Amino acid sequence: MNETIRELLGKVGGLPGPVAELADDADLYAVGLSSFASVQLMLGLEEAFDIEFPDNLLNRKSFASIAAIEQTLTHILKSKEAA
Amino acid sequence: MSLAALATDLSLSARAHRVAAVAAEFAETVDRDARFPEEAVNAMKAERLLGIQIPARLGGEDATTLELAEVCAILGQSCAAAAMVFAMHQIKVSSLVEHGEESAWHIDFMRELAARQLLVASATTEGGIGGNLRNSICAIEIDGDTCRLSKDATVISYGTHADAIMITSRAHDKAAPGDQVMTVFRRGQYSLEKTVTWDTLGMRGTCSDGFLFKGEAPAVQIFPKPFAEIAAQSMLANSHLLWSGVWFGIAADAVSRAQAFVRAAARKTPGAQPPGTLRLAEASSLLQMLKSNILCGLKTYQQAKADPDHLSSMAFSIAMNNIKLASSETILTIINQAMIVCGIMGYKNGTPYSLGRHLRDAHSAQLMISNDRILGNTSTMLLIQKPDTSLLG
Repeated sequence: MNETIRELLGKVGGLPGPVAELADDADLYAVGLSSFASVQLMLGLEEAFDIEFPDNLLNRKSFASIAAIEQTLTHILKSKEAA
Repeated sequence: MSLAALATDLSLSARAHRVAAVAAEFAETVDRDARFPEEAVNAMKAERLLGIQIPARLGGEDATTLELAEVCAILGQSCAAAAMVFAMHQIKVSSLVEHGEESAWHIDFMRELAARQLLVASATTEGGIGGNLRNSICAIEIDGDTCRLSKDATVISYGTHADAIMITSRAHDKAAPGDQVMTVFRRGQYSLEKTVTWDTLGMRGTCSDGFLFKGEAPAVQIFPKPFAEIAAQSMLANSHLLWSGVWFGIAADAVSRAQAFVRAAARKTPGAQPPGTLRLAEASSLLQMLKSNILCGLKTYQQAKADPDHLSSMAFSIAMNNIKLASSETILTIINQAMIVCGIMGYKNGTPYSLGRHLRDAHSAQLMISNDRILGNTSTMLLIQKPDTSLLG
């Protein structure tokens, strides 16, 4: 999961520095993730994991760092399993 | 109510109406000479309107966004420039109220703002960023306990008349363009060298000149929260809602003038329906829609305030964007209808039915944060966020 996120972030994130050097808890907005790029990232993640982000998770916090995205995805995948 | 009774009425509405009376008296000259609505702003200070949003325990009156929007609408019916100065000031104050409570300096500043009725201006635009206030080129320099900032601020509304300026910049010299902070600089802590003159179609009295800003202040005056959060959680909603309040005021006065015109005609020729009445009815329907739109936005904001996650959610941003788009477009249609009703008497300056200033002022609405930029942002978010299909929210 971490790898997929990093790969997508590299592809659509438009960040100035290399994604490999980012810590899991680095603030993605502070390193330059634009709102347009964050939506592209969300779309990529939806496709890669075959999920849909529920509206209540579409906020800055859910996508603030690689770790936060992992947590958001894990939460969605778990509730999908439970359903 | 008699004038004497009104003069002692201390309700917010009565105070706002007294300021509006002063603003109306000078609206024409403010517009013609593109000068600051000094008399109206002095009246706001005399009625102590500048600090109403500050918490009561810091000397304010805990005014809600709804109450602020109502004051904007009352003032907007008299002088849109004065109303916009009030709105822009309150948008800055909302950032202090929502995000300043963690810092002793900002708390003291709020107390002083309420006590001395300080006027606060904003410097978020910068040459070279293409109008996107969420990006900065300039960076604040922190040197021990002191911070320094130099910014090519292409717009600082009423900059030379303000007691303080809240200004954005990158958080440090290596920060990304979107990694911003906001800092309060007080008059005396900065210099302004005028670079651009505000000579515009409308909203001429906001005196939104451009300046080269150079400031030095204690570093504690930098907001502890990142500007991204301030922008999302207090600025976005307050800007769109309070601006909409002002715009509603402009449109409401246009409809009042159109109605006065139709009534005058109807009284002269009893029994005959004057030609403009159907358009007046249409304009009144649009005005009601505009009012519902703004009230719905105010309610959404009130509910979202309790939950910071919701305030930074896409659903909330889209809702606020839509309010701004609808208000700024609807007022032009309304004022245009009113102009057709009043005919040449509306087109001419200096008649009781003149609507030229209304129309010119209203044209700024689509441009202050370009509607195209807002549509662009919303369209991006709609790639992922589901549209709001509920009636009750």
